[in-house]
Amino acid sequence: MIFNMNVLKNIELIRKDFPILSTKVNGNQLIYLDNAATSQTPNCVIESISDYYKNLNSNIHRGVHKLSQLATEKYEESRKKFKKHFNARSTSEIIFTPGTTHSINLISNGFIKFLKKDDEIIVSQLEHHSNIVPWQMLCEKTGAIMKVIPMNEKGELDLNVFATLLNDKTKVVFVNHVSNALGTVNPIDIIIEKSHNAGAAVLIDGAQAAPHFEIDVKKLNVDFYVCSAHKLCGPTGVGILYGKKEWLEKLPPYQGGGEMIDQVSFEKSTYADLPNKFEAGTPNISGVIASGIGLDYINKIGLTNIKEYEDYLLDYATSKLKEIDGIKIYGESKTKVSVISFNIGEIHPYDIGSVIDNLGIAVRTGHHCAQPIMDYFDIPGTIRISFSFYNTIEEINILIDALKKASKMLS
Amino acid sequence: MKISNIQNEIVEEFDIFDTWMDKYEYLIELGKSVPKISDQNKSEDNIIKGCQSKVWLHAEKEDGLIKFYADSDAIITKGIISLLIRTFSNQNPTDIINANTDFIDKIGLRQHLSANRANGLNNMIKKIKYYAIAFSKLN
Ligand SMILES: Cc1ncc(COP(=O)(O)O)c(C=O)c1O
Repeated sequence: MIFNMNVLKNIELIRKDFPILSTKVNGNQLIYLDNAATSQTPNCVIESISDYYKNLNSNIHRGVHKLSQLATEKYEESRKKFKKHFNARSTSEIIFTPGTTHSINLISNGFIKFLKKDDEIIVSQLEHHSNIVPWQMLCEKTGAIMKVIPMNEKGELDLNVFATLLNDKTKVVFVNHVSNALGTVNPIDIIIEKSHNAGAAVLIDGAQAAPHFEIDVKKLNVDFYVCSAHKLCGPTGVGILYGKKEWLEKLPPYQGGGEMIDQVSFEKSTYADLPNKFEAGTPNISGVIASGIGLDYINKIGLTNIKEYEDYLLDYATSKLKEIDGIKIYGESKTKVSVISFNIGEIHPYDIGSVIDNLGIAVRTGHHCAQPIMDYFDIPGTIRISFSFYNTIEEINILIDALKKASKMLS
Repeated sequence: MKISNIQNEIVEEFDIFDTWMDKYEYLIELGKSVPKISDQNKSEDNIIKGCQSKVWLHAEKEDGLIKFYADSDAIITKGIISLLIRTFSNQNPTDIINANTDFIDKIGLRQHLSANRANGLNNMIKKIKYYAIAFSKLN
């Protein structure tokens, strides 16, 4: 595996930007391998939040005073950064929300307007509950029917079956770009094209994709693309929702309130233009600004470098894990990000997680909010490790030793 | 033996071990020795919520004493269960209702349990006490 040596040389410097990485757990150096749940926060993001409250705090879009203008500028600058990063056509296509879950609810709720009884919508078996439940609620409200794209043993979606599910009743298809439980990168370009040919809109849940590689919404020709800043070195409580302008104009607002209106009277109110129509009330101003700083940080390292280095970690960890007796890795697609789900023999994933937690290693255990995947494999859950660009080969070696120790204790 | 005496005995046993690793290993050994419960008692009704692992708890009353049977699909959880069964099984309802349950803290294990597992443990103790209350009302 060839990778950019410069990234490796800089890794110690990069780690210094993340104060939490020097935390001790139970006397051991923290090894943070739960990056798919949330990424750690670099100093520049932490400082941005504190700087906001020290120097800028004021409400945006409404004050004539200097602070309000400055805060508004910074907030809108963040929108410009995400517009450029995802290659949207205009800033009015970028909506800030509290997170991926909220974004999906915003869209699914809007689709009440477009669905009638017996219309069909399509989900995949690989989804996070966030991309299942809001749509089930939509079905309950409209009488629409949900169809499921199945997956195979390797954790890849079956596109042949998908083709048979599409028909002129299909209104919307919602699939993740990358599976949070297995790491599979789904062929969303094909899914988008086929769905469009059938006349259906497409929402892509990019929560697990955005931290790992470049995304070009224009090239993908996707209708909606959503992700969370807290997985992109940003703070919690900020989501980025890209929507094609045509769609966002057609969709009804999700919440009513200040900021999203044009004129209000008791007879009728008219709504503001995009993007404000979907940003009712005072938003998470400091969070949105800091999310832009987090994005800058990632782009300074470069997603191409990040991908190369994380692929290297993924390959190394996968081959090392395979040396452990009784290991079973779930999700062996050829296209994967740096997420590995596994179990060791008959040992409950929770037991392994508890033992290695005491050794300072943070992993996720359980169903990872993706119970349909666990049902497919007929297991209660898995141990999931997920790497970011600040993880190291050394950390993987310590993990492997800890897993061997835990497995010996527990078998 | 009285509940408090059993608890003291358990605390003393764990005192021998210096490191959490050794305590864990002992707990795992105890987990392995928990007798299996019948499939019939592994029902949905007997599942205790709030655990990442599944826990089943069943109770019966015999000669005025409550007998507890429990199981889990995770071995560390089973170890904890074994301590609870040893403490509370074959006791009368009133003693169970009045029992102190801080022995788990005294063992020095709680800080080594994840929040999720600690929560599961609290739910197990709660359920044991509920059983005792229910059986005491049946008298
Ligand atoms: C694929 C996927 N979708 C949605 C979500 C939900 O994101 P949030 O909790 O930020 O709303 C997650 C978070 O883990 C995820 O991995």
